[in-house]
Parts: sequence; C-alpha cells; structure tokens
Amino acid sequence: MLHIKCPHCGMRSQNEFSYGGDATVKRPELGKEISDQDWDNFVYNRKSLRGKHWELWQHLSGCRQWIKVQRDTATHEIFKTLKANEEIS
Amino acid sequence: MTQSFRLESGGLINRDKKISFKFNGKNYYGYEGDTLASALIANGVHLIGRSFKYHRPRGFFGAGVDEPYAIVQLYRNGETEPNIKATEQELFEGLEAKSVNCWPSVNFDVGAINNFLKIFLPAGFYYKTFMWPKSFWYKIYEPFIRRAAGLGTASIKHDKERYEHKYEYCDVLITGSGPSGLASAYSAAKNGAKVILAEDKSRFGGTLLTSEVNIGNQSGKEWADSIISELKEMPNVTVKNRSQVFGYYDHNMLVMSERISDHLPKTKKYHPKQRLWYIRAKEVLISSGSIERPIVFGNNDTPGVMLSSAAKEYMKVYGVLVGKKPLIFTNNDSGYETAIEFKKNGVDPIILDTRKEPQSEIIEEAKNMNINIKNSYVVVAAQGYKKVKSADIAKISDDKEELGSVENIKCDCICVSGFWTPTIHLASQSGNKTKFNEEIDAFVPDISKQNEKTLGAANGIYTLEETLKDSFEKGNLLSKKITNNENKVSFPNVVEKKSTVHDKFWCVPLPKGKNYKRFLDFQNDVAVSDIEIALKEGYRSIEHVKRYTTLGMATDQGKTSNLNGLQLVSKIENKVVPAVGHTTFRPPYSPVSIGAIVGREVGKHSKPTRKSPMHSWHEKNNAVFVDAGVWLRPRYYKCGDENLFEASKREAKNVRTNVGVCDVTTLGKIDIKGPDAAELLNRVYTNAWLKLPVGKARYGVMLREDGIVMDDGTTTRISENHYHMTTTTAQAANVLSHLEYYLQLVWPELNVNVVSTTEQWAGAAIAGPKSREVLKKLFPKSDVTNEGLPFMGYMEGDLFGVKAKIFRISFSGELAYEVNVESDYGYFMWEKIIEAGEEFGIQPYGTEALSNLRIEMGHVAGSELDGRTIPYDNSLEGLLSKKKDFIGKRSLSRKAFAAEDRQKIVGVVPLDKKTSIPEGSHLVKDSNAPLPNPKLGYISASCWSVEYDNPFSLAILKDGKNMIGEKLFVMSPLKNKVIPVEIVSSHYVDPKGERVRS
Ligand SMILES: [Zn+2]
Repeated sequence: MLHIKCPHCGMRSQNEFSYGGDATVKRPELGKEISDQDWDNFVYNRKSLRGKHWELWQHLSGCRQWIKVQRDTATHEIFKTLKANEEIS
Repeated sequence: MTQSFRLESGGLINRDKKISFKFNGKNYYGYEGDTLASALIANGVHLIGRSFKYHRPRGFFGAGVDEPYAIVQLYRNGETEPNIKATEQELFEGLEAKSVNCWPSVNFDVGAINNFLKIFLPAGFYYKTFMWPKSFWYKIYEPFIRRAAGLGTASIKHDKERYEHKYEYCDVLITGSGPSGLASAYSAAKNGAKVILAEDKSRFGGTLLTSEVNIGNQSGKEWADSIISELKEMPNVTVKNRSQVFGYYDHNMLVMSERISDHLPKTKKYHPKQRLWYIRAKEVLISSGSIERPIVFGNNDTPGVMLSSAAKEYMKVYGVLVGKKPLIFTNNDSGYETAIEFKKNGVDPIILDTRKEPQSEIIEEAKNMNINIKNSYVVVAAQGYKKVKSADIAKISDDKEELGSVENIKCDCICVSGFWTPTIHLASQSGNKTKFNEEIDAFVPDISKQNEKTLGAANGIYTLEETLKDSFEKGNLLSKKITNNENKVSFPNVVEKKSTVHDKFWCVPLPKGKNYKRFLDFQNDVAVSDIEIALKEGYRSIEHVKRYTTLGMATDQGKTSNLNGLQLVSKIENKVVPAVGHTTFRPPYSPVSIGAIVGREVGKHSKPTRKSPMHSWHEKNNAVFVDAGVWLRPRYYKCGDENLFEASKREAKNVRTNVGVCDVTTLGKIDIKGPDAAELLNRVYTNAWLKLPVGKARYGVMLREDGIVMDDGTTTRISENHYHMTTTTAQAANVLSHLEYYLQLVWPELNVNVVSTTEQWAGAAIAGPKSREVLKKLFPKSDVTNEGLPFMGYMEGDLFGVKAKIFRISFSGELAYEVNVESDYGYFMWEKIIEAGEEFGIQPYGTEALSNLRIEMGHVAGSELDGRTIPYDNSLEGLLSKKKDFIGKRSLSRKAFAAEDRQKIVGVVPLDKKTSIPEGSHLVKDSNAPLPNPKLGYISASCWSVEYDNPFSLAILKDGKNMIGEKLFVMSPLKNKVIPVEIVSSHYVDPKGERVRS
C-alpha cells in the first residue's frame, strides 16, 4: 500500500485516495473547435509510461482535494506531490 | 499409547501438563509446549500424509515454517481448517487432526498407484496430460485432479471466529527473534526508538534455543530470555510471538499475521482468533535466519529422512528423539552438532560426511565422544516405504562423480545437512535484487530498494559473534538516525565452537542400474528427472522451469527446494547459479488464513449499512427491505400474506388513484453555493441553466467526457447563489467527485463551493392525484395551489414548526411533491404525512412500486443509464443545448453516436398481454433464426403496468425510432422463454405529461 503525502493533510495511506489518471492531460477549452483526432487524444489516448509519471489522485476520505503526484510507475517511488493549483515543473 | 520416543528429561516442554489429542482417529498424549509434530514423533508416528502428485508416504522434514510435507486438516471447536503445518500447530487439549491427500486412508492409499504409473505424471503434466481429448475433461481429468490436488478441504460453513485488523507505525520493525533480532531490537530500543519485534514461533530466541553457545556468561537461551524480558518492560517496544511477518509491500509497509488463539482449544471470549497487522515501519531489520538445505539422494522423501537441524530441535526443545538408530548425512559441521546431541542423550549416531578430512573444534568434540564418522561417504538411497528402515551408502570419489560399492546399513532416520540457505523472502519481496554469495552457495540480499537491512544468518553471516556485533551496530545506527539519541550497549563476551568450510556437494549420483527418484521439491513432488525433462524440452528461463514443473510453487515457496533446483539447472545448462538467477519470491511467505485477510469486513460489516431516519417506522409497518447501494430501502410494505408482486401492484395503484408516500432520503444531495454556481451547472449539465429563476427546479442530465450519460436529477435554485442538486442514489459519490474535479483542476477560476448534504435531509415523495390535498393539510399557511406552487416550483414551508423544503417534482408521473426536512425531523415529518393523508387513503410505497410507476411513464433510471447509453438512446436528446458547450458534448458528434439507426428506448408489450418479460432478455426479429441470432436490443426494465393491467417493459432497441408498431420476439435463453411482443412508445402512460402539471 502506497504512502502518499497529501499537500493539505500530510502522509496518508493509499486507501484514503482514489486514482485519477494522467495529470498532464489538459481539457480542451469549452466552446473551442477541436479536431476529431485531438478530441480522441484527450478522451481516450494515454501513454502507459514506465518510470516517472505525473498523475492525479483525490484525497477522497480526507480533505477531498484533487492532488498531483509524481510517481515511478515501476518502483512506486513517489517523488513529489502538488496541490491542484500548483503547476507541474 | 506411550511416548516411547520421548527423552527422560530435557526440552522446554511442561512435563507436568499432559495433553490428549487425536490423529487420524487415534488417541495420543503429548505435553504442554509440544507441537502436533513433536507429540506425534514422541509417539513414534512418522507417517502423516501422502504426497501431492504420486501419493507417496510423507513424514516430517522440518520442525517449523520450513516444513514441506506435514500438512494436516485440523478440527478445533467444531470448525475445520485445511493446510495446517503439524510442525507449527501447537498442541492443545482435544486437538484433532487428519491426514490429507490420502484416500481411503494414510496407510492404504489408492492414489499411490500413480507412483507406479509415473509415466502418467511427468514434468509439465498439467500441460501435457490433460490437454486432450477435450471430452475427457469433465469425466476423467477434472475429478482426478480434484481428488489428487489440494492440501486439505476448506470448510463450507460460515466461520464463527473473529479476525481483526490493526494498523501500526513504528521506527524499527524486526522480523525474527534469533540472535540478530534480539541484539538489534535491544540496541534500537535503548536509543528510544519505537520497536516492534516479531517472532513466528511461540518461543523467542531462534537458534539460541538449540545451539551450544555462551553469551555474557549465560547460555544462549538464558541470554535470549533476559533480553526479551527487558524488552517487554520497555514502553517503546512491542514484542510479539506467534507472529509471522509474511509480506513486504510498497513504501515500507509490512503485513504480519498474529495467531492469538490457534494454540488454544477455543478462542477466549472477546478475543479474535487471529489479528492481521499492517505495519508502516521507518526501518526494517530482517532477522529471519536461515533454513537448512537438503542433500539430494535416492528416495530422499521417505518418512524418517529429515533436516538435521530439525532432529536437533526435536531433542533440545521438545525432548523427543526422531529415531533411535540415526544416520547423519552432512556436507558441513552442522550435522556434527546433531550427532553430539544424540550421543548426549544416549543414542549412537553414525555420521556420513561427504568431506575427505575436515577438521574443526566441533568435529574434534564428536571424535572425542567416540561417534562413528565415515568420511567421503554418501547416502545413495533410503530404503523402506512408510518409514526409513535402512540406507544404501557408498564411498564417493574425490571428484564426487564415482560411487564405490554400495552397502546397506540399518537405521531408522536419516538426518540431512546440506548447509544453510538464508531466508531472503522478505528482502526479495521488498524489491532487493539479491546477489549470489559463492562462499555459502546461496543468494543474499544486495542493495536495498526500501528502508530494509538484513542481519545475521539471513544475510549469510553464520557465526554468532559476527552476527551479534553487526546486529547491535545496525540497530544502534538506524535508531540513532531516527531518535537522535544514543545509548550504546556494551558488547557481551561470546563463546562458540569454530567450524570449518562446508563441501559444495548437493546431489548424490545414481548408482549404475538404479533409477531412484531423487526429490528436489518435497511439497510438489518435483524430482531431478522432472527438471531434466523440462530442460530437454527446451525450457530455459528459471521462471518457466518453475511453472512447467511446479518447482518452488504453492505454499512452500521453495523454502527447502529453491537452491537445489537452481544448482541442478546450472549444472545441466553449464552455467553458474547466479546466471540462472532465482525465481521471484511472492508474499505470503507462509500461508495466511482467508479469515485474517478479510478481518471484520464480513457479512453486514463488509460495508456500512445506511438507514433513513424513518427506518424504524418502515420496520414497524411490515416493510420488506432491499439493498440499494449501501442503503436499506423498503421494497414493499407487506399487508397480510401478500407477495412482492401483489403488494407493489397495490401500492402503485394507490398512487395512481389516491396518494402514496415514498421515502426518498437516499437520493444524493449536493449543496452548491457561490456567484458562479449557475455557470458550473451550465457546464456540467447538457441543458441551459443560466436563466433558471429563484424558486424553480429543473431536470438535468450530466455526461462523461466520452458522451455517455453519467447521471440525472433535478436541481433547484434556492436563492440567488444557492442551488440544491439531487443525484441518483447510486451515483451520489461519483457526481460529487466529478464536480470537485472540474472545480479544482479545470475551472479553478469559478467561485463555487460544493458539499454533500445527502445525510442532512430526510425526504418524502408524496405522489398521486390527491397529493395536493395532503400538502394543504401539512402546510395550511402556504399557497400550494397549482398557481402558488406550479410544476417544477419550489417553496419553503412550515411543517408544524419545522422548516421544510417543498419541491413540486415527480418521478412517478403523477401530481407529486417532495418534502425535505432536517434529518432529525424525518420521523416527525413522516408521521405527519401519514396522519394528514389518512382521509385520502394514503399508503406508503416502496422501491418496487416506485419502479413500476416510473417504467410505465418511460422515465429512465439506472437500468437505462447503465454507462453504455448516450442521451439520444434514452430519448433525452431534447435536453441537449445547441447554444452552449458542456462536458461530453464534443463526443456526441462521433460517428457511431450520430448514426441514423442508433439504438433508442422503446416500450415493449407482450402480444398476449399476460406473459411477464424477464429483464435482460434479448429482442430478435426471428425466434427461429440459426444461432447466433442477431440481437436487436435488450430489455432494461420490466413491470406490471397498473394503468393497463398488463406487463410492460422498457428496452434499448437498435433503430428504436423507426420500430414503433413492429412485432418482434423477446428471447431469454436463461429462462428458456420466447415471447412475441409489440414495440410501443416508451411513454406508455400519460405521454403528454398532463398529470404532473394538473
Ligand atoms: Zn488531504
């Protein structure tokens, strides 16, 4: 079980969180024209990276905040966690 | 029976307390402190079961967790449990155990015929033998495997025992209480670290209980006892026996199973049987020791062949002789310690040492005791079927290839020592890659991936002095780092006998003309010949060889077999062992009961049960409840001897003709506040929300980004910047997360707050043509006329002094209202509604009637919004705004979603107006078409229409738009039904929606 440092609450067990997918995906702006390909890429197409990966988690049974977590998908090492409004650097 | 193999004195058992037990129906006695294994051996019982594949007789091989054979079925306090190691099961009064893998009995076993039909079960037998013909599977192969396989029978009864889970944090977790565990725990504890010391066995001390050493002028055991009692006194230390740390998971979390009651005849009141600990440790010190390796020779699985360390443990801990004519077969000095122990107890052993002229302090001592030692000798084969009777032995050449002439000597046990294998399971589970140590022919932990260090024998350090030094130091260093406190322990004086190098010999060659089975894996019956076949057939990767032959699989996890298997592969392949590599060790290290894994999450405790504030009223009024997600909801209220069908029909009919009341507390409710609340709704719902006036409700549909309908519900504008959203019972949590996702990550600029208020409000739906009359009585001061509170209107009211929210919304399709009050007033509200409605014939209705009513109205619910349908499919396309963008809109223009003949919701009526249509049935054009019959659609929900008094269903049908009036067939292969039907509009009752507006 992972140990995730919520930027709001501190170290918490994985079972308080739910996984939310790739954190680098940006939702296209509402009302903007977008090609089929670009839309499909947003909705469906994800890279399955091995190694460092920025992903979203929601602290569901805690502060309910969505957070960004940089995790190694192979080793599960967590390098960094950010608040929802903090930019991935 | 007498305990004829029990020594006169000695051991750590309590001879004052005799314990009676039963094995295979026979009564025996043992002593308190015995294991089932030691008590059986004391009684001369060595035949304990049959092997997995060949059903060969099985005895005892080890004395603890390393035991591959002696697995029994245990009976305790009216329960039965499979897969119990006799070497680990402590004896208790009235214990009962039986052999497994044998039929009809352990002494006469039909399956042993396999032993003579070896051809039937070669390596890879699962893959080869049972492949074809296919028809053999059900009648021959499967019953055969079922009978032959398995390590016991799981109980089919509900387990009455209680199991618990515990979460714990500590600075240093230490796994094993041998010398390294004790020393490191002691120095870490002295530095003030929070320490957990876990010992799998009932006794602390590990090898200190059986070795002849001296620490600080005390015997090993005395020293262990004094350290343990000191540790137990320290407030920062938790010491646990009967506790196996079996898994090392991510982020330094380890799981330990504590056997609290397994050694007792009956679990004490208020105690659990077992407790599973989830331990998050800052540092882990693995002090799991090492396991003696077997040497491979002919018939080495015969009962009476066992590890030499086990024979010593049975003498020193249990005061039991494993035999009275022991043969010790060794390639190192450890065998001598066992021989010396035999001699001290008045038994004359013979030592066969594969080494030519070994010399050490221990060997000197054995010689001085006049023990018969044969150098450069090996056991070629054990003889005897159910118990060792003699051994074929021979001299072996210096290059270990040639055997001399074979002679037979009498013996009743063969104690084998092939040197020691560090127990690296936990280190390997943690991600440590491990490295091969040439000196000890075994893998040891290498670079740590997590905060883990391995100590002592588990790290390949086999001398006590070095082990203690290293462990004191590691315990000190690691804890100092955490506590910033140093309280150094002075190192005690250590006395131990020096040993010399071992011989790398591990497998005795077959004598000419003999074809003895030489086993590597005793639990899975994998012999040298099986590995040879696998390699001949082209298997190379050790992981493939493992799966093909089953070497090192199952509950044993290769504890005794792993290294010899690797040695063999490396020899045949002409590779060094590290190049072959070892297979992955997987948790659990040792079997864990399912009960412990499940813990308290059983039955009703597996999830919380949520009840509405009106629950007790429903109970008092004969409600029959149904699980709706985590909620309990009344399904119907039973009158007399009504069944579900009759009751729901009565309740639904009463809504259509008079008035009914339904508990709708379970609906998800989300409070939305802020200046941008309307903007949020406008983006997440498909229809327009910016112009909804205060005091009005609106129905909305929410999509996922992929265009699939996520949820529907009504949202009411309570005041300028305050909305009250309702969701379906099932989707409440998901919708909240969905809103939070967009607010926090996508549109942080929106000034809106959302919070779940599901539990804050109790809700009652009052539905039916007379509902307004009821409302008038409930709220005499409010104007609830059609003008004062029109359809989709909202107002606040005063319910006899309680503030209420009144919504004029309808799920039933009738004139209807929903009244919400704060949860604590829910019961009060409900009673008032029933009281006021009495003169109008009010009746409560449950979810079944609720479904009936919504189905015949064509209102969609979870069975249509099932994660596969878009708005068009549910005839909700009228709610898709063309003027604005919303979540999921772009997906709706995808080709398949815009197809002309897209599926759509329709109504379905059986032509005979009688036959009920099973939900989930398929719609087809021709019921006699050859299979696979093209499926046009499926029945999503069925009911008995109370309006027309005939069955009615909703279906999602391909090109549903153009199918109205068509005649099709409903087919349910599950229920073996074919029903001719007509397709009608999904709005079966009141298609214009006049009633809700009346
Ligand atoms: Zn948090």
